[in-house]
Amino acid sequence: MAGTDTASAKPARDPGDLAGLEAGLDALETAHPGRRTPWRRTLTQKVLPPAVAVLLVLAVWQGLVSFGIVDDPTKLPAPADVWHVVRDAWLEGTLLGYIWTSVSRGLLGFCMALVIGTPLGLLVARVRFVRAAIGPILSGLQSLPSVAWVPPAVIWLGLNDSMMYAVILLGAVPSIANGLVSGVDQVPPVFLRAGRTLGATGLKGTWHITLPAALPGYVAGLKQGWAFSWRSLMAAEIIASFPDLGVGLGQLLENGRNASDMAMVFEAILLILTVGIAIDLLVFSPLERWVLRSRGLLVRS
Amino acid sequence: MATTLAKAAEGTGAATHAARIAHVSKSFPGPAGEQLVLDDITLDVAPGEFVTLLGASGCGKSTLLNLVAGLDRPSAGAIDTDGRPALMFQEHALFPWLTAGKNIELALRLRGVPKAERRERAEELLALVRLGGAHGKRVHELSGGMRQRVALARALAQESRLLLMDEPFAALDAITRDVLHDELTRIWRETKLSVLFVTHNVREAVRLAERVVLLSSRPGRVAREWTVDLPHPRRIEDAAVADLSVEITEELRGEIRRHGRH
Repeated sequence: MAGTDTASAKPARDPGDLAGLEAGLDALETAHPGRRTPWRRTLTQKVLPPAVAVLLVLAVWQGLVSFGIVDDPTKLPAPADVWHVVRDAWLEGTLLGYIWTSVSRGLLGFCMALVIGTPLGLLVARVRFVRAAIGPILSGLQSLPSVAWVPPAVIWLGLNDSMMYAVILLGAVPSIANGLVSGVDQVPPVFLRAGRTLGATGLKGTWHITLPAALPGYVAGLKQGWAFSWRSLMAAEIIASFPDLGVGLGQLLENGRNASDMAMVFEAILLILTVGIAIDLLVFSPLERWVLRSRGLLVRS
Repeated sequence: MATTLAKAAEGTGAATHAARIAHVSKSFPGPAGEQLVLDDITLDVAPGEFVTLLGASGCGKSTLLNLVAGLDRPSAGAIDTDGRPALMFQEHALFPWLTAGKNIELALRLRGVPKAERRERAEELLALVRLGGAHGKRVHELSGGMRQRVALARALAQESRLLLMDEPFAALDAITRDVLHDELTRIWRETKLSVLFVTHNVREAVRLAERVVLLSSRPGRVAREWTVDLPHPRRIEDAAVADLSVEITEELRGEIRRHGRH
């Protein structure tokens, strides 16, 4: 019964033949899914431009040092010096330790934020009283830099891991909850009406209609929530460095500053940036693309 | 599938109507106080009957359909339907996060059809709208006409005895619409469903319906009714369809002109 089969089986014998006409219309009007982008085009359009940009920054940096425009290595170390610091940390086996300390904290904190932020967002989106009560506070919290939470968190919880998690939660939960709220707000009313006529009311409606319909907004919130988690964690690690906490990337940066070792400071900054980008590229961007593509919302560039 | 639906319809042989709309009025709060949209509408749809509601903008035909569907309550009067009616919209209203088949399976699931049967029933319904093999297609991969056929299949999945249709073909091109008219007529005759079909397209109303009900505008009242006693299959270009369309169009124009005078 596939459209094209019917069309070829009955070659316009009867012009009034409804099935044949319909199969023809279906074949003509169906959008053909585009082919996968060839890897060469991916390379020239997606990989090459950022690579060029990075190389350009490195060239300018090297130029500043080589031509003696900035000739104080305590202000600006040469790219090679930073590279040596990173390589030494790798050879000593400490590099992955720094990264893992921070990433494990960040991801665990993010997961906790997910567990708290999702029901909270749903509550704010669906219960009018809750929305009026805490909706504005929740969006306001997003504009509060999470570093502001570090001093009170240290006083309340002391210098330990729970303080870090508290700061991450205060940074990420509002993003995740707000993402879900705006996702729910943007659900086209026709889906809700269609759902109600099919019998999806109450919790069934939330589960089968509202949540899946709100998924694009929710995923955008998750993406932002991760960025906020990572930033909050770095702020917490820089301010509240304490030997017993283990050395994460934030502490590494702070240690570099204390030792006036600019190469180490640069190493820490580059690692923080790289990890943040890597998690986004490996986890959240594919998730977002999958959600949008399966709904036909992603325009192929 | 068609036979199952037909049996479901016959099973209610005792019912004398698929929908009974008795003295229904509806008003909405407007800038100048309460705005009366529907005024004392009385209309019955018999089991297996195809009725079109015809009217210009502002006659409240979509409002009436919402009331029958139970999405809104009348301000006065009563509406009685045999179970929850199925409803089809001008937008296909298919859920883009599900495939065509899963959209239908969701309707079955919400009606309590066991998981083991859903897949097969969905395939049957897709075959009924001549979309067998489209089960795994995403909504955005289908053409406008195919989407409305999946939407029709999803509405049929509710196995309701009354199908409400709110200008379901208005956004389609002429030839696709014509094909879907044929399909709807075929399915209606196979399943013996009752259909209440809202449109502002006079020829569409005459081509499809056994009875055409003209609503006046602001507020909506039943202005006139015609029984369309033409044999099926009908074509949009049939002389008899054209003649009756001319007559109804004149009446509709008269209704619209009335609003320009004051």
